[in-house]
Amino acid sequence: MSRFDFTLAIGDDALIAAQRLGEWTSRAPEMEEDIALANIALDQLGAARLLLTYAGELEGAGRDEDDLAYLRDDREFRNCLLVELPNGDFGVTMAKLFFLAAYQVPLYTALAGCADERLAAVGAKARKESAYHLDHAALWVKRLGDGTEESHRRMQDAVDEVWPYVHELFNPDPTAPVDPSTLRAGFDATVSAVLDEATLTRPETGWTPGGGRDGLHTEHLSYLLAEMQVLHRAHPGASW
Amino acid sequence: MYGNDFAPPEDAPGGGLLGEVEAAEAALREAAARARRGGPAPDEDVEAYFADVIDADQKIEPRDWMPEAYRRTLIRQIAQHAHSEIIGMQPEGNWISRAPSLKRKAILLAKVQDEAGHGLYLYAAAETLGISRDELVDLLLDGRQKYSSIFNYPTLTWADVGVIGWLVDGAAIVNQVPLCRCSYGPYARAMIRVCKEESFHQRQGYEILHTLAHGTEAQKAMAQDAVDRWWYPSLAMFGPPDGDSTHSAQSMAWKIKRFSNDELRQRFVDMCVGQAEVLGLTLPDPDLRWNDERQAYDYTQPDYDELMRVIKGNGPCNRERMAHRRKAHADGAWVREAAAAYAAKRSDRKEPVAA
Repeated sequence: MSRFDFTLAIGDDALIAAQRLGEWTSRAPEMEEDIALANIALDQLGAARLLLTYAGELEGAGRDEDDLAYLRDDREFRNCLLVELPNGDFGVTMAKLFFLAAYQVPLYTALAGCADERLAAVGAKARKESAYHLDHAALWVKRLGDGTEESHRRMQDAVDEVWPYVHELFNPDPTAPVDPSTLRAGFDATVSAVLDEATLTRPETGWTPGGGRDGLHTEHLSYLLAEMQVLHRAHPGASW
Repeated sequence: MYGNDFAPPEDAPGGGLLGEVEAAEAALREAAARARRGGPAPDEDVEAYFADVIDADQKIEPRDWMPEAYRRTLIRQIAQHAHSEIIGMQPEGNWISRAPSLKRKAILLAKVQDEAGHGLYLYAAAETLGISRDELVDLLLDGRQKYSSIFNYPTLTWADVGVIGWLVDGAAIVNQVPLCRCSYGPYARAMIRVCKEESFHQRQGYEILHTLAHGTEAQKAMAQDAVDRWWYPSLAMFGPPDGDSTHSAQSMAWKIKRFSNDELRQRFVDMCVGQAEVLGLTLPDPDLRWNDERQAYDYTQPDYDELMRVIKGNGPCNRERMAHRRKAHADGAWVREAAAAYAAKRSDRKEPVAA
């Protein structure tokens, strides 16, 4: 993956994750959680803006963060499928956030040490935020997994439902600034420890859907983009 | 990166009001430094002591004796204020997914997050009066306590997000700045914190409108339409006219309120006229004009019958706002139960260690 493709892909991950988390606003199970989810959405959006801005510069075609966010179709988006999945119930959202953060922490940590100064700076900033996201999601996975019978059942269902989508995150690519396959061991260690403590079973790996990095998405992404882009596209060239 | 990295227009609102908030904060420190007597003497009448503290412009604190009606009035007012922050997340939250640039999306997310935070401060202030947040939330969900009428209006376009910042937050600040000097200490302190953030939000809303009003024809029309729809509901936020306001006289005597509804409404109108001119937008009132004798603008009163209909539950979005809040609460019940069960298991496990 070129530096442009790589930067765009991880920027798209953050942008689409932010969009999904933003949907929770005013719907969370408690007020503190409303604040936490908005806070995490804001962090993801902040990382997305830095990464998309840089991707636009690497491309050299004059596209800024808004051109990349608002004027690409779903076939041009490079995010992983995990982040575009619908929010589902709170358990599904926490499973998605937990797996995403468990991937982003080692990703941004590795990025912070990479040769590209701009990517290193993003990594250094974003890894601190991701560590908070991981802590927050892991705590909820434990609370729900080891809470009531109902929450245990729902959390296990959520983990089972989302698990197939994590494998795409680690497809090897030795040409990328950080080879995603090198992040798998750290991810597995984090996930196993938290699931154990949460009294949850780690799913067997069977079906491993993918394609997001090539612009082959689920049916969900086009709807998400239709909503996200509607106003921007209705006023071509306008400033906001 | 919160995205709020714009330079404010020189004539942006908020400057004067923010100064008042800072003055109130200084007055609060001075009142504390004057070190009021620790409490009534053993044979002193508590009512006389309470009246002394109020007369001396000092603060009533949670442990002080207070008239039951004072406590009840404050609980009602602070809770209604807290509920308004929580319900108020909905009309703006409606545009987070569709915000037209990533910078605007970030600003809006941060703002809605601040509102949830204000709700929490205010519930905490209400709790100092001897009621729990859960009870207050139940009162809201059962419809026994109100929230601000303004949040029962729909946000139909992006410009509504700007107008909510400029007019709705503007009206809220004009209402709340005097509350920074309210006689009840915890409420006054919460208001200082809330007003500082609100004045920032108001400036952001003004900036959205400024950009729209100086953008394309379609953007300018969108901004004007939003101002036309929100002007009178914003004026109605100050409550019924003084003659019809049931709680005003007592609240002013207790120094909970400092100015009447009509005084604050006038102050708001006077403030908005110049700002609208700078925006290049018109306020939808043909009879709005400067009165040299009164040194204030004459204006057309809002439709108070409409206000009463909205307060009674029959505004455009009352049903949706309440249904949304109830659904979030009901859908989250299993999560809250899980958190409580998990915490109970943890404390069971810790006990032997502590013993």
